[in-house]
Formats: sequence, C-alpha cells, structure tokens
Amino acid sequence: MNVLVVLIPISLLLGFIGLLAFVWTVRSDQYDDDKGNAARILLDD
Amino acid sequence: MTAACPACVAIPDVEDLEIGPGLKFSIPAIHCAACIGKIERGLRDVVGVNSARVNLSLKRLTVVGAANPEHIQDALTDLGFEAYPLDIEALNTARDTVGRSLLTRMAVAGFAMMNVMMLSVAVWSGAADATRDLFHLISAAIALPVVAYSGQPFFQNAWAALRVRRLNMDVPISLAILLASGMSLFETLNGGHQAYFDAALSLTFFLLIGRYMDHRTRSAARSAAKELTALEVQKAQRVVGANIETVPVVDLAVGDVISVPTGARVPVDGVLLSLTGLMDRSFLTGESAAVNATQNAPLQAGEINVGATITLQATAVGEDTSLRRMAQMVETAENSRNSYTALADRAAQIYAPAVHLLALIAFVGWVLATGNARHALNVAIAVLIITCPCALGLAVPAVSTAAISRLFAMGYLVKHATALERLAEVTRVVFDKTGTLSIPTINLPEAMGQTDRAVAKALAQASNHPTSRRLVTALGGVDAADVSDIHEAAGQGISGTSLGDTVRLGRGAWIGADFDGLGFRAGNSEPVPIDVVERPRAGAEDAVRTLRLPAEIITGDAQEPAMAFGKRLELPVSFNIRSEEKLRLVKAMSDQSDRVLMVGDGLNDTAALAAAHASMAPASALDASRAASDVVILTDSFAELPLALKVAGLSRKLSKQNFAIAAVYNCIAIPVALAGLATPLAAALAMSASSITVLLNSQRVRYTK
Repeated sequence: MNVLVVLIPISLLLGFIGLLAFVWTVRSDQYDDDKGNAARILLDD
Repeated sequence: MTAACPACVAIPDVEDLEIGPGLKFSIPAIHCAACIGKIERGLRDVVGVNSARVNLSLKRLTVVGAANPEHIQDALTDLGFEAYPLDIEALNTARDTVGRSLLTRMAVAGFAMMNVMMLSVAVWSGAADATRDLFHLISAAIALPVVAYSGQPFFQNAWAALRVRRLNMDVPISLAILLASGMSLFETLNGGHQAYFDAALSLTFFLLIGRYMDHRTRSAARSAAKELTALEVQKAQRVVGANIETVPVVDLAVGDVISVPTGARVPVDGVLLSLTGLMDRSFLTGESAAVNATQNAPLQAGEINVGATITLQATAVGEDTSLRRMAQMVETAENSRNSYTALADRAAQIYAPAVHLLALIAFVGWVLATGNARHALNVAIAVLIITCPCALGLAVPAVSTAAISRLFAMGYLVKHATALERLAEVTRVVFDKTGTLSIPTINLPEAMGQTDRAVAKALAQASNHPTSRRLVTALGGVDAADVSDIHEAAGQGISGTSLGDTVRLGRGAWIGADFDGLGFRAGNSEPVPIDVVERPRAGAEDAVRTLRLPAEIITGDAQEPAMAFGKRLELPVSFNIRSEEKLRLVKAMSDQSDRVLMVGDGLNDTAALAAAHASMAPASALDASRAASDVVILTDSFAELPLALKVAGLSRKLSKQNFAIAAVYNCIAIPVALAGLATPLAAALAMSASSITVLLNSQRVRYTK
C-alpha cells in the first residue's frame, strides 16, 4: 500500500495541471468562437 | 526601431502607428473556413490594419489598427462580402464575466469530482480502516475548498431568496451541498464508514453545467439583440454656416441646425425650418400614409423624411427626446414580467418544504426508534441528498437551453428569462399592422406596356423616395429605358424626356390625371394609375391560418386601409387606435383573464408590448420596441411564428415531464433512504441516472415540427 503515497499525489498533480491548462484557455478567450475554431483547422496558414 | 536598410526609412513602420480603437463589422454572409481565410488575408494589405480576426459564431469581424473604416468596408466589398459597421458603444463589448466565472467554477468542480470519485471507488470496492480514513481525509481536503468556491452561485441565489422570505430551487440545492459536506467531514474526523464528498461535488458539477449552458444560450440571444442596435450607426448631418458636417448624434445640442436627407430618420426632436416636408410617421403612430408638415411644425425623433431634404432646428436632444423618454419609460416600467414566478421557482416552493419536512421526520423517527442521534442525522441527510435536487435543478434549464437554441436557429431571439414560459401560456394574439403584418408594395397595372414600364423604372431609379424604391423592386425584371433631363419635383413626382416625349411619374394631380394616387403618364397619352397597396409580410397569412389562437389586428392606421387588410387576412380589425388606447385594450383583455401575445414594431406599440403577457417584435422595429419585447424575430418571414409558440408550449410540457421523472426517482429513492439503507454509492447512482434521463428528455424539444 506504500505505493499510494506516491501515486495519489501524482494523480492529483496531473489533474491539477489539467485544471490550470483549462483556466488558461478560459482566460485567453478560447471559448468565444467555437464554430470559428472548428473551421480554422482547415486553413493552411 | 532602427531600419535594416536605408531605403526602408521612408516606409512607415506599422507597429509605430498609434493603434486605434477596434472596429467591428457585422458580416452576415460568413459561413465557412474559406471565408475566414479570404477576409483575414485580404485585409492584411489594407493600410493601417494591424490585425483582423473573424468570429464565425457571431459572424463578426474585429479590426485592430488605425485604419479608415470606409477603406475596410470597400476591401470587404471587393472580396465579395457585404459588411455593416457596428457602433461599438451600443455593442457594449464588456467581457462576459458571469459566463467566465461559471465556466471556471464548473471546471474546478469537475476536476475535484473526478479525483474524489477515484478515491471513492476505492472505498466502495472495500478499502477499510486506515486506508479508508486516509482516502476520506484527502477527499475532504479537495472537496471542502472546491465546494466553497464552486457552490457560490447557488449559495448567493439561495441567500437572496431567503432574505426576502421566499424559496427557490437553490435553497434545497445549497442545503444538500452544505449538509453533505458538513456531515461527511464529521464522519471523516470520527472514522465513520460513509462520506458523501463525491455526491456534494457531482451535484455542484452537474448543476453548474446546466447553469453555464443556460447562461450561454441567453447571452448569445442578448448579444444578437444588441447587434441590431449597434447596426444603427448614430450619425447626423449638422449645418454649420454653409458647410454640412457629419457628427455623432450624441454630439448634437439644442439649437443646432440639422439637415435630414430623403429616406433618413430625424435624429432629435425639433422644428421644421424648410418650407414644407413630407414625413413618414408610421413608426410613431401606425399611419401608413405620409404626413405633410409645414414650416415651424414640430418634428419628433424617429420620423422618416420621405420628401426632399429638409432642415430642422433641434429643440430636444439625447435623453430628452420624446423617443428616448418613451424607451426609458418602458425600460423602467413595473410590468407583469418582473413579478412572474418561473416554473422552477413554483416547483421549488412545493418541493423544498416537502423534502425538508421529510428529512426532519426521518431524523425524529430514527431518534425515537434507536436513540442514536448520529445515525438519525446520517439518515436525514441521506434523504436530503438522495431526493434528486440535481434532476430538479436541471429540469427547467436543460429544456430552456435546448428550446432557446432551437428558436435561435429559426431566427427567434429569446431575450427574457421567463419569456418561454409566458409564451407557452398565451391564449390570444394581437398584431400591429403597418410594418408588422403588412409591408407596402406596388401593384403594377396590367394596362401598362413594356415601354412604359422601362421608362417608369428609369424615372423611379433616379429618386430616393420610398415609393420610387418600391417601384424599382416591383419592376425587378425590366431593363430601364434611356430617359434624359430627369428632374424631381419634391413631394410631387419625377419627370424626364424619353423619345421626345415628356414622361412623368408622380401624384395624380401633378401628372394631370383625375385620380389621387400614384400614376404614370407618357406624353399626352392616358395617365396610368399605379396602386400602392399593403402586402402581407411573407408567411403572415400562413402564420395567421395555422395559429390555433384567436387573433386580431389593432392599428393606428385609418379605417379604409386597415379594413381592407383585415379582410385579406380574415382577422378582426380595430383602427385609428392611438398608443394609450392600444395599451388600454391590451390591459382590458388581460383583465378578462386572457393572456395576450402582442406583436408590434412601432413606438405606438411599445407600451402595449411591455404590458402584454408576452411580446414579439420584428428586427426592423424601433429600438424602443425591441427593448420592450421578449422575442425579436430576425427572419423576414412570419411563417414560423406558430412553430415558435409550439416550441414554447412543448418546452413547458417537457419541463413538467422532467419534474415527474425526478419525482419517480424520488419515489424509489426516498423509502430506501428513510430505511437507512442509502449508501454514498446509491446516492451517486441515483443522482447521475436521474440527471442524465432529464438531460436526454430535454433534447426532444429540438426535434418538434
């Protein structure tokens, strides 16, 4: 069971990094134009 | 910045130019990736453009840089896109802080829920003693701060309701979240077996999803409504000495002399300085015929000049104009919709006391039966958590989100929070006529030959008068003839020379005919009368026929055109009705327990729009009327109006069904919880299953026909 001492903090840390990434996307207006973002992937430049 | 080569010095560095305020354009035709690329690449070469960014969802272009708006518009026209400049102030592009905070709270709750759930699965599958306590402690460390942060929207709403001694859905939700967290913390610290941290978090997470979706669809509708206002760029032409300068309407002062060209709206209240003027007051009074004004006649902001260019002297500007005063009165008026209790709140008023009473009974019952207060409290809280406040909290927002986005796709902007529910209750429909149900058009007489038509088109093309423009539209397929010496006699007609003959298009008397209305005369031949009639708006006839509700027309127009139009649509008509009387009629209907849907566009409808149980306005309506209405119809056609009412009706039905589904789950879960058999796993399952059923059921509103 000692492995839990390592695994639990790691899993929490990974989740926390994901959360921070999400907060960053919110703050940089990345949810303002979902249709446009879906279409932009087709642009070459 | 130093230039790399001597020759480069002459080229102004783009980055050194002062960055102007962002310009915004509405480009309705954008629809695909290719359009985005074309516009953004194409605008790169326009002088002064620092960056151009297209928002496809809003069909809007933002340009940053000190560029001339007209150059950008020209560039867009060259690229093949029609663009309309937007008034940034009217757009009020403040950031959507509410949506953003909801999204962040939702993400935090989701993160915490998944991590706690991971730990809970270990406990459910048999972790015991020290391991279980450790997992519970870690869960507590994650859950408590998250609940405190993410639950705030619910706590604030609940507190706001409790303070005025009312109950809304957020009260039982907040109580369930807080009690679940509190009890779980107590159990954790005392080495107990059961903790509901995952339930508290998933409740918060699911409900925040509902809140966010709800907010997002509403703000999309609101921003589209604001864009309509922003499209009317507020500019006026001020006469200074011999010059005319174009200034924003807000800069006008009392005493300014203003020039109003043909077809433009009078920007402020004033008195006419020109000798005569011909004004279209249909927006203000509903009258379809233009009104003659003479020198010193008072003019109101909002009238449209249909004669030759006039000048007027401003007597009231800005907030003092009668138009703005009217709009403000409507905005601040206490009306039926503010005191309307939403379905969800009515449900909460029954549900919340029932559940709280049940939990109390459970607590008292178990204390009396076993004498174990801690166990009794556990059971009582399990009852509170398991009675599916989650499904109840989602029952209405899930449906209204789906319904509002369905209506949005149809071109119906739902602006007000309770508009859908009120629309569903409508028992009677009142239409305004001019501009709402009817659009003036030209009926071309059979007797008019091809040459005459070609000549008439050439004459009509030379004038800005609304009737001339309609005539040009009516003569769509005809090629204009060669007409020289075209001259417009203001308020009378247009004359010219074609093949040596004098040709005239205008008032009957002016062309020497014995009829009153519009006519055409080539040389000395018999004058041909041209009928100006009111055509029903596209889809209006269909809408009136399929509407399964009593409908009628109340108009400010004169008897004759009003009766003729009513006969055509087979609707009863009241004519010559002024604004106050319209309001009184609508109120009288409401007093007879009719729930009225008012559809109107003019200033004379505004009071009635605000007083009616629900109201709609077409996109062409005055700003004040749009502000007073619940729904703005963006499409030109009224054909889908009955469908919009049907969607509203269905969404009420589905909301009620959702409450029933939640009740069924409760019927199963409550006995289990009362018996003290509810585990955190059972709570999690009941909550997820009921929420998902409710969400899926709500989607049915998207498929009604």
